[in-house]
Amino acid sequence: MSTRPFRIGCGAGYSGDRIEPAIELVERGELDVIVFECLAERTIAIAQQARAADPSTGYDARLDERIEAVLPEARRRRVRIVTNMGAANPPAAAARVRDIARRLGIGGFTIAVVTGDDVRSLVTSGGFSAGETGEALTEDNVVSANAYLGAEGIREALVNGADIVITGRAADPSLFLAPIAVHHGWRMDDWTMAGRGTLVGHMLECAGQVTGGYFADPGVKDVADLARLGFPLAEVDGDGSAVITKVAGSGGQVTPATCKEQLLYEIHDPAAYVTPDVTADFSGVSITDLGGDRVRVQGADGRARPTTLKVSVGQFDGWIGEGQISYAGAGAVARGRLAGAIVTERLRLTRVPLTELRCDLIGVDALHGPDAGRGADPYEVRLRVTARTGSASDGWRVAREVESLYTNGPAGGGGAFSSVRQVLAMRSTLVPRDRVSWRVDYETL
Amino acid sequence: MSLLREIAHARTGDKGDTCNISLIAFDARDYPRLRAHVSPERVKALFAGVANGDVTRYELPQLGALNFVITGALGGGVTRSLALDAHGKSLSALLLTTEIPDETNRR
Repeated sequence: MSTRPFRIGCGAGYSGDRIEPAIELVERGELDVIVFECLAERTIAIAQQARAADPSTGYDARLDERIEAVLPEARRRRVRIVTNMGAANPPAAAARVRDIARRLGIGGFTIAVVTGDDVRSLVTSGGFSAGETGEALTEDNVVSANAYLGAEGIREALVNGADIVITGRAADPSLFLAPIAVHHGWRMDDWTMAGRGTLVGHMLECAGQVTGGYFADPGVKDVADLARLGFPLAEVDGDGSAVITKVAGSGGQVTPATCKEQLLYEIHDPAAYVTPDVTADFSGVSITDLGGDRVRVQGADGRARPTTLKVSVGQFDGWIGEGQISYAGAGAVARGRLAGAIVTERLRLTRVPLTELRCDLIGVDALHGPDAGRGADPYEVRLRVTARTGSASDGWRVAREVESLYTNGPAGGGGAFSSVRQVLAMRSTLVPRDRVSWRVDYETL
Repeated sequence: MSLLREIAHARTGDKGDTCNISLIAFDARDYPRLRAHVSPERVKALFAGVANGDVTRYELPQLGALNFVITGALGGGVTRSLALDAHGKSLSALLLTTEIPDETNRR
């Protein structure tokens, strides 16, 4: 147990995130731990498909790039790494990290792999259905099913001395709660502390979103130097309160405003933020400006964790055919609308089977519907037609109807674009906690 | 009248087919105005073109913030939506187009 503030940073808020801010955090953040959160809802289902095609893959596509960038300095400074870059194949990710370390001539550390989140065989064994559709889950309709594991496995790995912990599906805040709880010696059933550690994780998990990213609005909310946005770190005290900050001299800002936006990001009832570890209560959280890109967050609480775990289920759900084309100048909006009407009529005449169709004019009504953008016509518009189809070939028929507007549609249509993609829809179900067991494996280099 | 964008800021988050939008007063003294004039019913009407579900409002007075949870807002969910902005990231800007009355007894 320690009373010194624990320093934990976030080096990635999603799989495609910037690399250099993480290097900056490792080099200048005086961190104990850096977390890389790289696993969006759908990412793991896509990774499961990759693994099915090649058993040595299925981990995060940018793992090499990130690990090569931070591993040497992280080992030199004894910064431990926690990441869900294992995605659908944490053991393969660990093997990859080992190969990179050997190539870089780095040794003397332990990699831990947390598995057990893959519950496809459980949820397709009968009795489980998708919460969104009510459809029974079966071998035939489930591409992937991964339970959101909590902090327990990561905690055990760190207690046993792991320097790098690689997981698959784990709740984002759990990646942070585990190392904080280990450092401060919190019990996992101390719900108040679990709630406080979860708050810190929630504040950090989207990386740049608390340091001025997803925030700037020129003239109202100006943010300096977004091209060099610094990623966040927290100094967490033994009582669970924390200061959110960033490396001095990096771009962006940490202010009460950025922290309040992130505190409520993806939150429904602030008094009941449910994770595998705790039912966290953020309703009494206070935010205090300490100046100089330092903001104190405190006052979270917690109640007992749920008895079930949420499972993210990937299911194929048809195809989306899409076409776009632009119009400009006087009458652009009218020509764009005419173009959309022509495509709609053509799809009807040629009997393309569709379950859903949208014609949007980008620049007019694509984002917020027809009522929001009333006013002067823009100089240019882009028609975007999307339709849900049962097959790729029907998707292409939609896309080609838009492209054929070049020679068959209104005057001056340019820049056509076509695409068809298969939909991998993510749904969810709940499983009893005691049906899911995690394990940790270790390898010391 | 005041445009919400001038007195408050907002951020959208997504979970499945549900979005939440925070509405945070720049100056905590404006929080009672937000609370008085930005009702769940009003947000539901404003979002009629994009969401077909219910709107629930949570109040966080110590932050000077409201949190709106809007169901049926993301075209069936981020991963299957036909919408250009499948995450609904841009929806906070729609909320900020709302106008509310100026306070008469503060200047």
